[in-house]
Amino acid sequence: MRYAETGFNLEIDLTRGNIERVATDPKDTELYLGGLGTNAKIIWDRVPPEVEPFSPENLLIFGTGLLCGTPATGCNRTIVTTISPQTRLMAFSMMGGFFAPELKYAGYDKVILRGKSPDLVYLWINNDKVEIRDASHLKGKGAVETAEIIKKELKEPKAQVAAIGLAGENRVFFASIEQGRSSASRGGIGAVMGDKGLKAIVVRGTKDINLARPAEFMELCNEVLKYIKFRNDNPIPGVMPILAGLGSPQEMKVHDEKWHTENFMWGNSRTRRKDFWSKEIATEWMRTMDSMRKRLISCYNCPMTCGATIQPPGLPTYMMKCFTKLTYTMAAMSDLEFGLGIAQSATEYGVDGFSAPQVMAFALELYEAGILKDEHFPGMPSDNNGRFYWLLDRIVRREGIGDVLANGTYWAAKEIGNGAEAYAHNNIKKHEQLPLKLSMLNPIYFLMYCTGEKINITQIEGQFPQAPFPTREEREEFVKDWIQVPDDKFKQIFLDWELRGEKSLPLYPTVQMCCDIVDWQERMHYIDDALGMCAGLSSFPLKPPYHIHNYPKFISSGAGIDMDEAKLTQAAKRYRTLVRANNTRRGMRRKDEKPPEDHWKKRFPELEKELLDTYYKFKGWNDQGIPTKESLYEMGLDFVSEDFVKRGILTDSEEASTKETQSKKEKEQGEGGVTT
Amino acid sequence: MKAEKKKKIIKTIKINVDKCNGCRACEMICSAFHAAPKYSSNNPARSRIRVIREPLNDMYVPVYAGEYAAAECAGRDKYTIDGKEYDECAFCRASCPSRGEFKEPDSGLPLKCDMCEGEEEPLCVKWCTVDALTCEEREEEVDEEVKMENIEIGLASMVDKYGLEKVMDTVARMSKKD
Repeated sequence: MRYAETGFNLEIDLTRGNIERVATDPKDTELYLGGLGTNAKIIWDRVPPEVEPFSPENLLIFGTGLLCGTPATGCNRTIVTTISPQTRLMAFSMMGGFFAPELKYAGYDKVILRGKSPDLVYLWINNDKVEIRDASHLKGKGAVETAEIIKKELKEPKAQVAAIGLAGENRVFFASIEQGRSSASRGGIGAVMGDKGLKAIVVRGTKDINLARPAEFMELCNEVLKYIKFRNDNPIPGVMPILAGLGSPQEMKVHDEKWHTENFMWGNSRTRRKDFWSKEIATEWMRTMDSMRKRLISCYNCPMTCGATIQPPGLPTYMMKCFTKLTYTMAAMSDLEFGLGIAQSATEYGVDGFSAPQVMAFALELYEAGILKDEHFPGMPSDNNGRFYWLLDRIVRREGIGDVLANGTYWAAKEIGNGAEAYAHNNIKKHEQLPLKLSMLNPIYFLMYCTGEKINITQIEGQFPQAPFPTREEREEFVKDWIQVPDDKFKQIFLDWELRGEKSLPLYPTVQMCCDIVDWQERMHYIDDALGMCAGLSSFPLKPPYHIHNYPKFISSGAGIDMDEAKLTQAAKRYRTLVRANNTRRGMRRKDEKPPEDHWKKRFPELEKELLDTYYKFKGWNDQGIPTKESLYEMGLDFVSEDFVKRGILTDSEEASTKETQSKKEKEQGEGGVTT
Repeated sequence: MKAEKKKKIIKTIKINVDKCNGCRACEMICSAFHAAPKYSSNNPARSRIRVIREPLNDMYVPVYAGEYAAAECAGRDKYTIDGKEYDECAFCRASCPSRGEFKEPDSGLPLKCDMCEGEEEPLCVKWCTVDALTCEEREEEVDEEVKMENIEIGLASMVDKYGLEKVMDTVARMSKKD
């Protein structure tokens, strides 16, 4: 018997309409755990770099985490993996909600989709009965609307639905997949779903998920639940409220937005409004939130209430979480009422709440600069709020300038030309980032920005405080019950870290210490992404309930796989390297690994070089960021190094190839101007 | 004959729907506890508590499995509270032929909440850290005997309908049979 996992994947060929239930190899679970880990292996095995994002051979994988569907609190992530049309790299966006446990209860660990359906369809998984159904009546419908229509027509109110909106159907490069209160948004995975002609996946499951050693597992679960209660009652002192507690940033609860509105950038990640937050605004925004927010809500089996049901006046109800609360407001230099209103449309259309507002602000900046002209915006209203609604509509329909903007700021700027590229200034690896512009380089964040392959800072940071605490006493207090550290040396690093003087940024933590810290932070995110755990209870906050010391026990007693800290660390390193291998094969090199030029005002080129050199070496990568033969061998990834040698990415003497492979598509898209 | 007072522990689960966050931890832990062996598997479809959820209509109502009903009611009920119209029989605890709730998904056998016998408190309550479910115990004195007045009320209505003589004849005939 298989424990925690079901041992079966669903293989769907949308071209031929073929459905197969395929048993998986338990050895792969031991090596790559599940979720992101096994997704990365499947992409490696079946999606070579020649496969274009919008090719029928590209796979779209909905992978549940290894522990999803077990009683482990907060373990509900679906990891959606494909090749991104925007970054042209392996994308692995995740969603919480209720989809992953439901899929497990239906008897599957993953749904793997290939091919393209000639007509718009949806997939209906009802335990052993799986069918591809016509979705022509859902064409153009909103993502939330679609879910409601399908549940009604199937008479299955308990089914869980992951659907795309108009943006996905029209292959917008930052289209999301929406699922109730959650969404998998980053990397344009909704565009791949649309390209495959798949409007939605609907799932209902009523089968058991088994545990290997139930008594042991439940004891761990009870400890976690107790610790969550403790942490909720005892927020961490000395850090801003958003970092003091557990869960995703509690944006639906918090009224005080002084920190975000005055420290994050407005418009196209340009303007800092240092004295924005006033008593009047605080009162007005609180009134807005209180009048629209119906209830705080949670994902499956989690007490954290990070989401909310939002009912803007005169508009349909939708669900929201986290920082989308402010992204539209700040991009449009508007107010919260506007932000919560337009987010309703954006959720139905299914677009990423980070990228979409920035793309629109970018377009308006180009207009102001005279690079885009009146002729590009026929019929656009004159007020800022109206312009954003107008632009959003053009983008998701790919009409006029919207067709260009729908590819995101990087590709749009290339196509528009005429100096537009300078306005696509907030990207890493062609992907829009959080609107942050800071003063002095932070070496830890530098490494995370450079080498993070989920290409979103919130998906690599966490665990280690973002800034030193002012006094030694505060630091000593903090490390007292810091049980989550993998090694006591992290406590010492933090104890010695000062705001000013010798042991302060950017030279302290030292380069070597930065490597250790970043590696720990990244490792925890990768473990979460394989187990299906919400980062909000694990890798993201300070002092989380799940950590490197209790995770091996969860895996051993839950999945029945012998696991200890060393073995888990090695497994995480293995599939983390496989993610990099997929991207290396797609041409990702050192030149791509850099934060936005203007992210920090004060930069230290020599230190930055040393940081990256040392971190690459530390990770077992060569100076181009390519995993070396030796490190691949050590992880049992010989097949990767063989492939690298065959492709000339590594040579027999293990020298880095200097060949810079710019894909054909990129060259093509770089030429030509805008046509409306 | 005088009714005797007896002491009885009454357990009440208090359900505060305003506090429910819709996470269904109650369903999960219920199904895990009642698995055999205990906690060896979980499957919310086997749970003896169901959260009636309609997120977009802001409906979250935990309902517990009660008695098995062999036949459905002659009519059905439908509640509207605060402008929200709930499903037919939404609040009913019965495992009944009219619906799929509170039945084992494979055998169709009825399920019933047993307040997690042997545990300190029902586990759905323990796992509901947002306090939508809380448990209260109180001692009450209750009459264990059937009150004579109730029999009299019943007999009086029989007498009304059939006349005293027929009722007396029937009672006499019934007592001879035993």
